[in-house]
Amino acid sequence: MAKFFAITIVVIAIASAIPIVMHMWPMPQDISVHGPLIDEQMADTMAEAGISFLAAQFILAAFIWMFSNRSREAKIRRFPGGAMGLVIAAVLLVGTEVLALGVFGTKAWAAVYFTPPSADAMPIQVQAGQFAFYFRYPGPDGKFGTIHPDKIDEANENFFGLDLTNDPAAKDDIVAAEMAIPVNKEIHLLMHTKDLGHSFYVRELRVQQDFVPGLDLSLHFTANKIGKYEIVCTQLCGLGHYNMKAYLEVMSQDDFNTWLKQQAANQ
Amino acid sequence: MHDMSTHPAQHHHTAPTSFIRKHVFSLDHKVIGKQYYGLALIAVYIGMALSWLMRLHLGWTNLAIPGLQWLSKTGAPGGVMTPEYYLQLMTMHGTIMVFFVLTTAPFAGFGNFFLPIQVGAEDMPFPRFNMMSFWITFVAFIILMTAFFVGDGPPLSGWTAYVPLSAIGAAAGPGQGLGQILWAASIATFCIGQLLGSLNFITTTLDLRTRGMTLMRMPLTVWAWFITSCMGLTAFAVLLPACILLILDHVAGTSFFIASGLVVNGALVPHSGGSTLLWQHLFWFFGHPEVYIAIVPGVGIVSHVLITNMRRPLLSSKVLIGCMATLAFLSYVVYGHHMFVSGMNPFSGLVFSFPTLIITIPATIIVLIWIGSLYGSKIRINSASLFALGFISMFVSGGVSGFFLAQPSLDIYLHGTYFVVGHFHMVMAVAALFGIFTGTYFWFGKMFGRMMNETLGKIHFWLTFVGTYAIFMPFHYLGFAGNVRRYQAFVDDYLQPLIPVHRYITVAALVTGAAQLIFLYNLIHSRFWGPIAPENPWEATSLEWITTSPPPFDNFGGKHIEVFHDPYQYGIEGSTNDYVMQNSPEQIHTERDEK
Amino acid sequence: MRKRHHFVVTLSVVVLICCGALFLSRDVNAAGEGTITGTVKLTGTAPHMRGIDMSKDPFCVKQHENNPAHLEGVVVGQDNGLENVVLYISEGLSGSAASETPKTVPVFDQKNCMYTPHVLAMDVNQSYKVTTSDQTTHNIHPNPNPMTGNIPWNVSQPPGSAPITKSWKAEEVAIPVQCNIHPWMHGWFVVVKGPYATTDDSGKYTIENVPPGNYTVTAWQETYGTQTSKVTVAAGTPATADFTFKAK
Repeated sequence: MAKFFAITIVVIAIASAIPIVMHMWPMPQDISVHGPLIDEQMADTMAEAGISFLAAQFILAAFIWMFSNRSREAKIRRFPGGAMGLVIAAVLLVGTEVLALGVFGTKAWAAVYFTPPSADAMPIQVQAGQFAFYFRYPGPDGKFGTIHPDKIDEANENFFGLDLTNDPAAKDDIVAAEMAIPVNKEIHLLMHTKDLGHSFYVRELRVQQDFVPGLDLSLHFTANKIGKYEIVCTQLCGLGHYNMKAYLEVMSQDDFNTWLKQQAANQ
Repeated sequence: MHDMSTHPAQHHHTAPTSFIRKHVFSLDHKVIGKQYYGLALIAVYIGMALSWLMRLHLGWTNLAIPGLQWLSKTGAPGGVMTPEYYLQLMTMHGTIMVFFVLTTAPFAGFGNFFLPIQVGAEDMPFPRFNMMSFWITFVAFIILMTAFFVGDGPPLSGWTAYVPLSAIGAAAGPGQGLGQILWAASIATFCIGQLLGSLNFITTTLDLRTRGMTLMRMPLTVWAWFITSCMGLTAFAVLLPACILLILDHVAGTSFFIASGLVVNGALVPHSGGSTLLWQHLFWFFGHPEVYIAIVPGVGIVSHVLITNMRRPLLSSKVLIGCMATLAFLSYVVYGHHMFVSGMNPFSGLVFSFPTLIITIPATIIVLIWIGSLYGSKIRINSASLFALGFISMFVSGGVSGFFLAQPSLDIYLHGTYFVVGHFHMVMAVAALFGIFTGTYFWFGKMFGRMMNETLGKIHFWLTFVGTYAIFMPFHYLGFAGNVRRYQAFVDDYLQPLIPVHRYITVAALVTGAAQLIFLYNLIHSRFWGPIAPENPWEATSLEWITTSPPPFDNFGGKHIEVFHDPYQYGIEGSTNDYVMQNSPEQIHTERDEK
Repeated sequence: MRKRHHFVVTLSVVVLICCGALFLSRDVNAAGEGTITGTVKLTGTAPHMRGIDMSKDPFCVKQHENNPAHLEGVVVGQDNGLENVVLYISEGLSGSAASETPKTVPVFDQKNCMYTPHVLAMDVNQSYKVTTSDQTTHNIHPNPNPMTGNIPWNVSQPPGSAPITKSWKAEEVAIPVQCNIHPWMHGWFVVVKGPYATTDDSGKYTIENVPPGNYTVTAWQETYGTQTSKVTVAAGTPATADFTFKAK
């Protein structure tokens, strides 16, 4: 049985690796400027994790095979180097590996979080609320009107609680149920939640950030491929969480200008 | 530490006589240990049934599950699970499994039974607190179960109960009123039970070791339980007030966790000034040590069982102890890795990621020590050792996915996906479960006086080992593909193509689940009709094997025990009797042999 | 000869009595036979009803591919008739007439990610049904005013779900209804005592089964509020009450 166990471990380890190596369920294409840094980090980590995983499982299997069913008279042998050898190997090899991952990984993290948005990034506000996302563009005046939670009236599509009568900055705001952005233009996404915790996740953009009630957070990114992508909520927010999504449409600048005009006409 | 055998804290109590005192409100740590184990047994089958319901729904969303409407008329009209009921069952699955199975069986179950025996004590220093700790935990379980049967049902906010979803009350969703309050009350009660238990473990270890039992001569299981109880004392002490604050936000109009200006269901929430992230800090400060509380006893049990079956000590027990202690210490400074994209200061993200990466090192050393000790050993194959070896494989598999999640830049993509769910199920749920199985097959004879059936044990092992890999490996692939977690159904274009994978997982889960019924049958059948257990069926050396199976009420029949060396004296070369009991003056190895 | 003559006379009298009884009984129905009818109109320019962007749910988008959806706060039909106005008797009903509950079961359907009808009127304690005709899950959530004693509830209805049957125990004009999953879905339950009617797409309505008497009729429109009119209902002649709301 021991040898069968050893073989099983090896088979399972290889079977586990196959879908990864064969890209059977790969990450979707990357469409963002900062994405390649993340994808490279992911590939490096996969290589190191994969090698560690396979090596550990194979050696475990090998030792089970070799050292089971030995006679009672057989001698106990000590692993060369003993415990200290293993400790040193672990500290040096694993330590270097993880520290390298950590140090090189800061670059990708910094690209997202430690660089401020550029001065001409286009501001868009996204509001998350049970169970939809709504987007707001500031309009020609470049200013967002104030949000008044007590004025929110979803039945009449005042999702942000704008005071359209008295607030001049709010009058030209454009509210939409999908997010259109021009390709290759940096977006400064201002994140606001109406009720509780949600999260903004676009797989292809390699972007994910929680909405926090009471905090006004922001993200910035640049999409470099035209297409339609999903924005999904990844922070459990109630019964409709599974269907809380909106679409991100990355368009040419001209198409975007047309889209924005159409949305403005629908306000 | 000096000789403790005549220490005033040592209780010499008389044997109980009444049925209630013997089996219900017992002061005997062994009975309490079995009661904890029994509670965990009930909990795990409920938790597993909940996972079947979840998996059926994920594979076939509009499936009418016959009988489900009797559990909840509103949650599953006609047997078809509503979206909210999926989340409610998911919340209960996680809560029951993490608290009432993984914290209870390996730690409170086996620990209560064996810690005093393995240090040579008659019982724990505070038997009444110990009895209370079990019954308080039992009451916590009942409170949690009642959530199934109140108006709206159990809460739907997950076992993590993030605020303000869990703080606002019924307006936030079904089950978020009374259900959430019951959840918080149950968990708070559970914390109190665990604090009392941890108190006993720590004092037993420090004060009640028998003559000759220095700290370095304690079995690795005792070290594991001791380190776990130190974590328990500090971690549960933080979760308890957090749950109380949550209850206050529900019933007392406070706003610890609810920010201003929130609009739910078209109405302004009448709370203001609270902090969303506060809950996450409190919860994960508890939550990360908690996952080590779940796994460290397993590390101890697996080490203990492997040594016995390898017929040689580990390359270094000291290193293993040091690694368990390092894991425990580091567990407090890594918790922010659950919060990389939470809105917390991104610099904190980097700060938390470094110890998270570093924690790989003691975990790796533990695995290397095991594998290195396997080299040149004479490993015996039986149900217990199979599960112990399986633990190593599972721990490795679950651990390497941690490489990814420890890095905040990768967590941007993987957070909230099935990759996380795969990681924690493998490294915590499955590995810890393997630890529980290892302990059960190894110690059942000692605890109940009859041996478990080996053939059934091996069948159980094979189905479980292959089955759990079959279930949880694909979770990682789903995660890479961007499959978001905590979704009750996959209705959009992106995720629909992944449904066949979910259906495959469901089938694997049902089959593996069915295999657990073999274990249950084995437990029950062996309890009453298994072969009588000898005193030392495994030719093992620690103190639990010098007494009868099961031990008498005072563990050693009034004998004063003295130990002379560490508990792992195995490996006399070229001899049929290759081991020496810990209470025998003979010795094979000295500490200087360990390097 | 005399016997036949007696027979014919008796038969004629019987027939006459029966016809008379039938004739008279039309007027002596215990539930009352009067009706109130009329038209509700809007003067001035109707406000523009914005289109609804349903893009978060592709099923909903598909259902409206050739038939865009609009907000329904003010729906104006032929000849400026206002649809979805509820008319009911706010004063003058006797206790027994007010508490009589019709046996019909009005239906509120979730169809193409909109509520149909947009406004559902019903009596206190009258059973009504909520159905779903859509291939996406809805979660209907009526949100009554806590002061009335009506209790809010919400129920998920995945595709193919059985109808839900409910009723309200207190009068409330009106209960907003929304879908938790599709934020644009809004409707109303108008819970009244006694007979009621809702205007059709020409603004016309008929309240039936009104006992003869003097009454105040109230018209409720979700954007413009209420207006009242006094009517007298006599047996056999329909009373009329027309209303005109002014667009702002």
